[in-house]
Amino acid sequence: MNILVLIKLVPDLVEELTIDAGGTTLDMTWLRLIINELDDHAIEEAILLKERGEASVTIVAPDVEGVDDVLFTAAAKGADRLIKLTGNFTEQVNNHALARAFTSIIKDLNPDLVLTGVQAHDDLDGSVGPLVAGYMGMPYVGYVSRISLSSETATVHKEYPGGVIAVMEVKLPTVMGIQAAEQPPRYVAVSKVRQAMKTATIEERTVDELDLSGGVTVSRMFQPEISERATMIEGDEEQVSARLIEIFREAGVL
Amino acid sequence: MSYDVIKPIVVLLSLIIAGLIFGLRVYQLLWVNLRRGQPSNPFGQWSERIKGLIVFVGAQLRLFRFPIPGIAHFFIFWGFMLLSLTILQAIIEGLLAFMKPNFVLPLIGNFGPLALIQDLFILFVAIAVVYGLYVRLITNPERYKGSHKSEGVMVLFFILTIMVSLLVMNGIRINLGEDPIQYWRPISLNVGRLFTGLNERGQIIIGEVAYWIHLGIVLAFLTELPGGKHFHVVTALPAVFLRDLEPPGRLPPTPEFNGDFGVSAVEKFRWRQMLDFYTCTECGRCQEVCPAYNSGSALSPKLLMMSLRDNLMERGEALSAHSSNNVDKPAILERSLVGEIITDEILWACTSCLACDQECPLFIEHVTPIVDMRRHLVIEGRLDTQLQDALSNLSRYGNSFGQSERMRAKWTQPLQPKIRDARREAVEYLWFVGDYASYSASINDITCTTAEVFQTADLDFGILYDAERNSGNDVRRVGEEGLFEMLAEKNSMALSKCTFKTIVTTDPHSYNTIKNEYPINGNGHYSVLHYSELLDRLISSGQLKFSKQLGYKVTYHDPCYLGRYNGVYDAPRRVIEATGCELIEMPRNRDRAFCCGAGGGRIWMEEGEVKERPSESRIREAAELDGISTFVVACPKDLTMYRDAVKTTGQEDRLVVKDLIELVHEAL
Amino acid sequence: MNQDIFVVIEHLRGQVSDISYIMLAAARALAQSQGGRVLGILLGHNAQGLAKNLAADQVLYLDHPSLADFTSDAYQRALASLITEQAPRAVFFGNTSIGADLASFLSAHLELPLLHACHSVTSEGKLISQICGGKIMTESDLANTMTLVTMIPGGFKSEEGQSEKPPEVTSMTTPALENLRVTLKEYIEPEVGDVDISKEPILIAVGRGIQNQDNIELAEGLAKALDGVVCASRPVVDQGWLPSTRLVGKSGKKVKPEIYLTLGISGAPEHIEGIVDSKLIIAINTDPSAPIFDVAQYGVEIDLFDLVEALTEKVGQAKG
Repeated sequence: MNILVLIKLVPDLVEELTIDAGGTTLDMTWLRLIINELDDHAIEEAILLKERGEASVTIVAPDVEGVDDVLFTAAAKGADRLIKLTGNFTEQVNNHALARAFTSIIKDLNPDLVLTGVQAHDDLDGSVGPLVAGYMGMPYVGYVSRISLSSETATVHKEYPGGVIAVMEVKLPTVMGIQAAEQPPRYVAVSKVRQAMKTATIEERTVDELDLSGGVTVSRMFQPEISERATMIEGDEEQVSARLIEIFREAGVL
Repeated sequence: MSYDVIKPIVVLLSLIIAGLIFGLRVYQLLWVNLRRGQPSNPFGQWSERIKGLIVFVGAQLRLFRFPIPGIAHFFIFWGFMLLSLTILQAIIEGLLAFMKPNFVLPLIGNFGPLALIQDLFILFVAIAVVYGLYVRLITNPERYKGSHKSEGVMVLFFILTIMVSLLVMNGIRINLGEDPIQYWRPISLNVGRLFTGLNERGQIIIGEVAYWIHLGIVLAFLTELPGGKHFHVVTALPAVFLRDLEPPGRLPPTPEFNGDFGVSAVEKFRWRQMLDFYTCTECGRCQEVCPAYNSGSALSPKLLMMSLRDNLMERGEALSAHSSNNVDKPAILERSLVGEIITDEILWACTSCLACDQECPLFIEHVTPIVDMRRHLVIEGRLDTQLQDALSNLSRYGNSFGQSERMRAKWTQPLQPKIRDARREAVEYLWFVGDYASYSASINDITCTTAEVFQTADLDFGILYDAERNSGNDVRRVGEEGLFEMLAEKNSMALSKCTFKTIVTTDPHSYNTIKNEYPINGNGHYSVLHYSELLDRLISSGQLKFSKQLGYKVTYHDPCYLGRYNGVYDAPRRVIEATGCELIEMPRNRDRAFCCGAGGGRIWMEEGEVKERPSESRIREAAELDGISTFVVACPKDLTMYRDAVKTTGQEDRLVVKDLIELVHEAL
Repeated sequence: MNQDIFVVIEHLRGQVSDISYIMLAAARALAQSQGGRVLGILLGHNAQGLAKNLAADQVLYLDHPSLADFTSDAYQRALASLITEQAPRAVFFGNTSIGADLASFLSAHLELPLLHACHSVTSEGKLISQICGGKIMTESDLANTMTLVTMIPGGFKSEEGQSEKPPEVTSMTTPALENLRVTLKEYIEPEVGDVDISKEPILIAVGRGIQNQDNIELAEGLAKALDGVVCASRPVVDQGWLPSTRLVGKSGKKVKPEIYLTLGISGAPEHIEGIVDSKLIIAINTDPSAPIFDVAQYGVEIDLFDLVEALTEKVGQAKG
C-alpha cells in the first residue's frame, strides 16, 4: 500500500502579518513558515495506517524556507520517502499551481492513497486536496477523521456539524482531506529529528513551470480593524439582551 | 562426642552455611547484577568522601532531621558497631570451645571501659528497638505506608533477641565467676542476678541456650539481609562513600544518541544508581517531604526505589537463569520497567524539587533515575498533549508560551530610559530575564519593577532582547535532551557574542542550569548571580539605599532551585531584613521548603487528580503563622503559582504574595 | 455565459443548512449590483419540498436516488454537467463538509477560477474573503469567466436568504450516475455523555461571579436556549460546582467556540489562555476594569443575574 502525503507550509499566525507595499499580498519579510496544521494530521494518519498494516509513506512538499526541517521531522516519525519539489516556489504560489505540481509526482508514483489536510488558513483559491483530485480525476472525500483500508477500498469517517459522522466507502486510488488524525500528531524528540537529518535523504524533483491560473485576482488586501477594548453595550437588561440577540444572529448562531 | 567438640563443629557448619548463603546472594546482587549496569563516573575527591563517612555515617547527621527516630537509629547503629566485637568474640569462642573455654578477644576482651560502653549500649539499643516497634505497631505513621512493615518488625525482634541473649550470656558468665571485669558490666550483672536461683548446671545450660539463640539469630539476620530493606547494612558505607559530589543541579552528562536515550530497562541504569536501589531502607523520609506524594499523586520516591530494587533483583535472577539454562524466557523479562512496572503517570508526577534527595540519610538519588526514565518516554513520544505543545513551542519559538521570539522584550517598551542591549554594548551585568518574567502578562509589572530597581542602583546592565531563549533547565528535567542542547547552544551563541562580567537572573531555574550545566556541554563558563544575591551585595556595599523601613511581618518561601539546589538561603533573608521587614520563618523552611509544584516541567503538564495542590498546602501553612500579611517569593513561577493558590484557597483577605523586588522597590 | 448566480443548496438528512440561506443572501447582494437572477441548485431524491423557503428566483432541481444523501462523486458529476450546460456567471458553494468537497474539485475539473473563504459582498459587488484566522481580508471581483466561490458564514444572516413565497422549482435532467466511486454506508450519531467543550461552538462560561452552585442553573438555562454548553473558570471547578471536564484555561481545556459568553469571569491570564481561539467573546462583568474586557469583543457591565434571565427569554422568543 503506497500512501502519499501532500503538505505545504503556511504563514505562522504567531507573527504579526503585514501587507506588502503593493497592497495585494502579504509582506514576506518577517513571515515565518510552519507546516499547515492539518497537513501534520495527514502525516500522522498516514503513519498510523503504516503502523497498522503494510504501507509505505511518502511525503511531498514544495521547496520553501523551513521545508527541510519539516521533512526530517516526518522521517523521524516514520515516513519512508521524502520528496521536495524545487522550482520557483515563492510563497505566493497559489493552490492551483501547487496542485498541478503535485499531479506530476502522483502520476509518477501511482499511490493508492493521497492524504492532505482538508484546508489551510492561507487558502484563497480553494484547497489542495480536492484540486489535486480534480486534476487527476480521482475521487475525493474531505473532512475525514478516520480511515481503514482494504486492498481495493477505503472506509472513512466524514465529519458533519453537530458531531454527526457519515461512514463512506471509497474506491482506491483516492484523495482524502484530513480534518483530524485518529490521534493528535505525535511528539518527536529533537534528538530523533537530528538523527534523521543524518540518516534520511530528501529527493528533489524539479518543477519547470508553475501555472498560477485558477485563482481570482485580489484587488486589495487589508487587515480588519482591531479595537483595543471591548465594545461596551449600554442599557438595561432588555436593551442589552436585544443587542446580544443581534450579535448572535450576525455570528450565524441564531 | 562431648558438647565441647560438637559445639565448634556446629558453629563452623552454621558459619559456612550462613556464609555461603550470604555470599552467594551478595555475589548475585552486587556483582552479577551491577556488572550488567552502565559505567559510572570516575569518583575522586577522596578526602571529601572520607569526611562524608565520618559525618554522615559516623555521626549519622541526616538522620537527626527526624530527631527521635534519628536518636534511636544512632544508638542502634553504634550499638551494632560496638557489639559486633562481641559477636566476633562469641563466634571464635564457639570455634575454640574444644580447647579454650571462656575465650575473650585479646587486648580489648577484658578492657573495662569498653565493656561498660558495650553494656550500656545493649540497653540503649533495646530501648531504641522497643521505640521502633512502638512506632511501627502502634503509631504507624504515613511514611511507612508501602514499606515492608513485617520485615521491619521481624528484624527489630531479631535485634532485641540478640541484645537480650547477649545480656543473658554475659550475666551467666558473671554468675559463674568467669568474668574478671564483671563490675564494668552493671546491666549484664543485674540480668545475671535473675538466674542466681538456679544451680550451676542449670545456669550453664541457660548460658548455652542463650548462646545458640544469639548466634542463630545473628546468622539468620545475615542471610536475610541481602536484597531487603536491611541490605543497607552492607551497602550504606560504599553508597555514602561513593555519593555524587557534583552540584545537585548538574544532571549527569548523557551518552551519544544512538536511537534511544534514557532508561527503558533496569540494566540501562549506571551501576552506581543500582547501588542506590539496594540501599533504600524504606524509611519513608523522602515520601514525607515529597510534594507530589502529598498532593495525592501516584509518585512516592520510596516506592519508586523499592520497585526499582525489586525489578533489578527479579530481572537479574531471570536473566541469569535464562542465559545459563536456556529455559523459556521468564515472564518477568517481558514486563517493561517504564510503563508497566513504573507507570508513565508516576514518572511525570515529579517536580524535581530535590526534597527527597535532600532528606535521604543515605544520599540516594531519586530525581536522576526519574529523569533517566523520562528521557525514554520522550523518545517514545509518551507525553500528554499540553506538555507536547509546550515542547513544540520551545522548539519553534524558544519559549513555552508559543509567542514569537520578537515579543520577548515587549515588556521593556514602556520603560524609560531604554534598557541597554547587551548584544551591542559591553555591560557589567547581563540580565538573563527568563521566559516567565518576559512573556507572562500577569508578572510583567514585576519585571519592570526589577528594571527600575537596577536603574536606581546605577547598575551597569543589559539584556539579550530577542536573542534570549528558555534556559532549558526544565526541558532537561522533562527528559528532552536534544531540545535542551539546542536551547543551550542558542543561548551560548548569543552570550558568546556579548561582553559582560556576570550574569544575573530572577529565575532560579535559569540560574541553576546556566551556572551548573552550561559549562559541561562546552557551552561556556559563567559567573552567575541570583538577583537576591546581587541585591544583597548592592545593599551591603551601599550602592542601593533605602529611604524607609517597611515594618511588615512577612514570611519567605525558599525556591527549590535557589535553596536546595544551590544553597542560597541567607542572601534573600538579609535583603528582607534590610527593607525593615520582620521575617517569620515558614515551619518548613530552607532545605525543607515545600515546593510550589511547578518544577520539573509540571507547569507545562496537565494537572490530573489532586488531593491538595502543593501550592495550596504551602499557602495554608503560611496562613497559620500569626500576624503575617505578606508571602515573599523570589522566583517567577512561585509568584504565578502562589498568587493563584491564594485565590483558590480563599486567602485573598489574609495574605498577599509579593516578589522580593517589590519589597526592595517599596523601601527605596 | 449568462448572468445567473447559482447557489448550491446544502441539506443533511432532510434539513437545509443555514449556510444555504446565507449564500442566497450573498447571491442576492451580488445580483443587485451586477444583475442576473439567483438560482438555487437543489440535488436530492424526492427532495423538492426542501426548496419551499429558499429566497431564490428559481430552483433547479436534479433528482436521482444516488443524490438522496450527499456523496462527493455523484454530486460532482451532476454539478459538472449542470454548470457546463447552463454556464452561469458564478456558482456559490458553502465552505463545509459538503461544499468544500465540490468547489475545488470542479474548479480543477472544469478549469474555472475559484475564490475561497468569501465572507461578504459589498454594495459594489466586490467579494470580501477572510483568511489567516481572520487576520487578513481580501477584496476581489468575479473573474471574467464563470467563477466559483466558497462561502463562510458571518457576512449575512440566514433570514436574509429565506422567503415566505416558495420559488419556482424546475426539474432538470440528471446525468447517468453509474460506477460511483464514493458510497454512503451509514450515519453515526454523536454519543450522549458529558460534552467535550473543546468541540462546542457555543459556550457559556461561569466564573467566581456566579457566587454559588445554585446560580449555575441560570447559566444552564441560557446555554440550553442557545444550544450551547456551560463551562467554567478555575474557582468554580475548584469549588466542585462543575466537573473538571468543564474547565477552560491553562490547566483545563483550550476551546475554540463561535461564541464565548462569560458570566462573572475576571479574565485571569490562565483563563484567557484557554479562550484565545474563540471567534467572538462577550463578557458580562460588573467590574469595568476586569481584564476580560481586553480580550472580549463586546462587554456588558450590568449585573449578570439581571441579564441572564432576560436574555434567556429573548433567545427563546427569537428561536420561535
